[in-house]
Amino acid sequence: MLGRTASSLYWMSRYHERAQNIARMLEVANRSTMVAHGTLSSIDDWRVALLSSGCDLGYQAKIGDVSPRGVTSYMIFDKDNPSSVRVCLEQARNNARSVRTGITAELWEAINTTWIEFADVNPQSITQDRLPEFLSWISQRSHLFRGALLNTVLRDDGYHFSQLGNFVERADNTARVLNTQYWVLLPDSDVIGDGSMERHQWTGILRALSGRRSYRFAYPKARLTAFNIAEFLILRKEMPRSLAYCYDWIDDVSDDLAQFYGGRQPSLDMAADIWRTLCQTEMRDIYQNGLHDFLTDFIGRNNAFSHQLSKDYNFA
Amino acid sequence: MSAERTFFNEMLDQSGQPRPAYSKLNDWLESKPPNFLTRKSREAETIFRRLGITFAVYGSDEATERLIPFDPIPRILSASEWRKLSTGIDQRVRALNAFLHDIYHRQEIIRAGRIPADLVLQNEAFLPEMVGFTPARKVYAHIIGTDLVRVAENEFYVLEDNTRTPSGVSYMMENRETMMRMFPELFQIHRVAPVEHYPEALRQTLESVGPDPAKSEQTVVVLTPGIYNSAYFEHAFLADSMGVELVEGRDLFVDEGKVFMRTTRDPQQVDVIYRRIDDAFLDPLSFQPDSMLGVPGLFDAYRAGNVTICNAPGTGIADDKAIYAYVPDIIEFYTGQKPILNNVPTWNCAREEDLAYVLDNLADIVVKEVHGSGGYGMLIGPTASKRQIAEFRKILTANPGNYIAQPTLALSACPTHVATGVAPRHVDLRPFVLIGDQVRITPGGLTRVALKKGSLVVNSSQGGGTKDTWVLED
Repeated sequence: MLGRTASSLYWMSRYHERAQNIARMLEVANRSTMVAHGTLSSIDDWRVALLSSGCDLGYQAKIGDVSPRGVTSYMIFDKDNPSSVRVCLEQARNNARSVRTGITAELWEAINTTWIEFADVNPQSITQDRLPEFLSWISQRSHLFRGALLNTVLRDDGYHFSQLGNFVERADNTARVLNTQYWVLLPDSDVIGDGSMERHQWTGILRALSGRRSYRFAYPKARLTAFNIAEFLILRKEMPRSLAYCYDWIDDVSDDLAQFYGGRQPSLDMAADIWRTLCQTEMRDIYQNGLHDFLTDFIGRNNAFSHQLSKDYNFA
Repeated sequence: MSAERTFFNEMLDQSGQPRPAYSKLNDWLESKPPNFLTRKSREAETIFRRLGITFAVYGSDEATERLIPFDPIPRILSASEWRKLSTGIDQRVRALNAFLHDIYHRQEIIRAGRIPADLVLQNEAFLPEMVGFTPARKVYAHIIGTDLVRVAENEFYVLEDNTRTPSGVSYMMENRETMMRMFPELFQIHRVAPVEHYPEALRQTLESVGPDPAKSEQTVVVLTPGIYNSAYFEHAFLADSMGVELVEGRDLFVDEGKVFMRTTRDPQQVDVIYRRIDDAFLDPLSFQPDSMLGVPGLFDAYRAGNVTICNAPGTGIADDKAIYAYVPDIIEFYTGQKPILNNVPTWNCAREEDLAYVLDNLADIVVKEVHGSGGYGMLIGPTASKRQIAEFRKILTANPGNYIAQPTLALSACPTHVATGVAPRHVDLRPFVLIGDQVRITPGGLTRVALKKGSLVVNSSQGGGTKDTWVLED
């Protein structure tokens, strides 16, 4: 397989995953504008969306004041925002197009149709009352992409690279969402005030990582606590967006890739190291050493893995 | 003169009766409700768009992707018509390859005085770097698309030979797939020669011209300029259906005179490159130095006999519009036979008496740029306005050597789905020919159709569409 092909499959998946994550962050911010929650202004929720997606600096430079309209248009439609849904879907499609020969017709149709339909949408037509429906459409299309990929693609090296891209992006996203509001997840925050503000922020984080419902099943008897939420999103393997789940998957895929190629490259060992760390760590330890430091360190290691992977397999 | 001259109707004869090859199609068309074709056309468009069968249009700010309009009514050729055409094409492509070998070696045809030396040696498309080099099997143009037009029952003309990187074959294949999906019943009542073997034939052709014939497995790749190229879909389609890698220049590198591709593992040597980029961009070291599309050192690897490039660099001279007028001589010179297919009579505006005639008859003839393609920079006298003709006259007199002219041919017309129903529209035909260990011609080819009433311009960049082309078996 060409190094460029591996790179395209990796980035195709990363961009599609990112589009979905952005849509979900906006869903959370938009929802909070409809719910009363004490002293917190809903503008803060839009600011959180900008911060978690890494769009804050670009937004400041181009738009300035944070407003619902400004943030949605910047994060969905802006061509100058490298993480806007538009740019993600276009990049995903361009990457898919450049490996048209390496993907199935079903997968191509899912990606291509998503892009065509998205490009047909007039940004002006997405008013606030149409926003939830539109954001959920983006998520649906991303699920369709992943479904087509999992159901039709041959389990060869190309598949492995696509999975690595998918879960490196997801792990990065989860870690960033947590890190942006890490103080909300500190154990002390259980006791400040009457707890309504925290509850609002906690459910926001859970929703941003589609864990609102599943939390209830993972912790059937417990109420919402910072400890449980952090553990759920970092260490619980049942949670498909947790860091542990992502690296469980990455580690499996790394082994498959090593077997496919008959040898391990340095990047695969890095992945195994990260996975081992997550397995051997308990939530208590993370709090002891500092949640923020843990997350920052994780984001760095996840990134370093991605870099080494590009080097090892000649991504062009 | 009006554009509404008499033309050959391929479906109906002068009394309005369907010709034998079209009789079943004609009955079938008459049996369908009025909206039927409109609905089917829409269906086809959705299929094409979802599959990403698009081409890019240059000239606008961003190269945008568009669909080539697809006409759902097939064009039909009888077995005997096809036999004559394919024999003529076979003769022509063999002669052109012999010509290429000759002009890059002993230049017998020039010595024999059958073609002016300047016309070959001073031609921009003549590549001095190719002199003395012999590609595998002495084949230069491996993939040719011969553009044909029909003016009467038994009268076909060759318009162009397209010996560089002819495109359109993916449309030939996808058109057929779409037709079979939409109208299975039509295929049950006709015996249509298949086109689905083209990718296999292409791969066989490419493998047969590997630099080292002893090697049991040849690594073949398709070289594309990338996703922004107008024919990118076709490049991907061909690589995919042949089961070979689709590479860009940056995926290849030359080491010790051999060509390799960068893979996720060890570099892999490449034997045959089906390139879809022009000569000038192939190798920045040998040709255009600022080209980002090519591979540094590729041409040296080629000359060292370590890789085959298809089509060979320098084949463009064989479809140069100034050389075109000599193709009948070329055929006679190398095959000793009369040409089976006619050339369109051509005036060479570089010649004074030809230019005088052309200037006197601008309103009736077609004038083309010698090096132009895609239907740009040409004048179609009968459909041009007085002002357009006056403007073109200025351009032509300023640089006559840049132009040739031909009579306006009354292109044949085929039944076509239009807003008002079914009406005749003018068509041409591009059969696809492969030359390697043998000459392989896929029955049919790509029919392009001018969708506007009376229009003779079939180019997709100028609003033309395509049709599935059927060759009926006996």
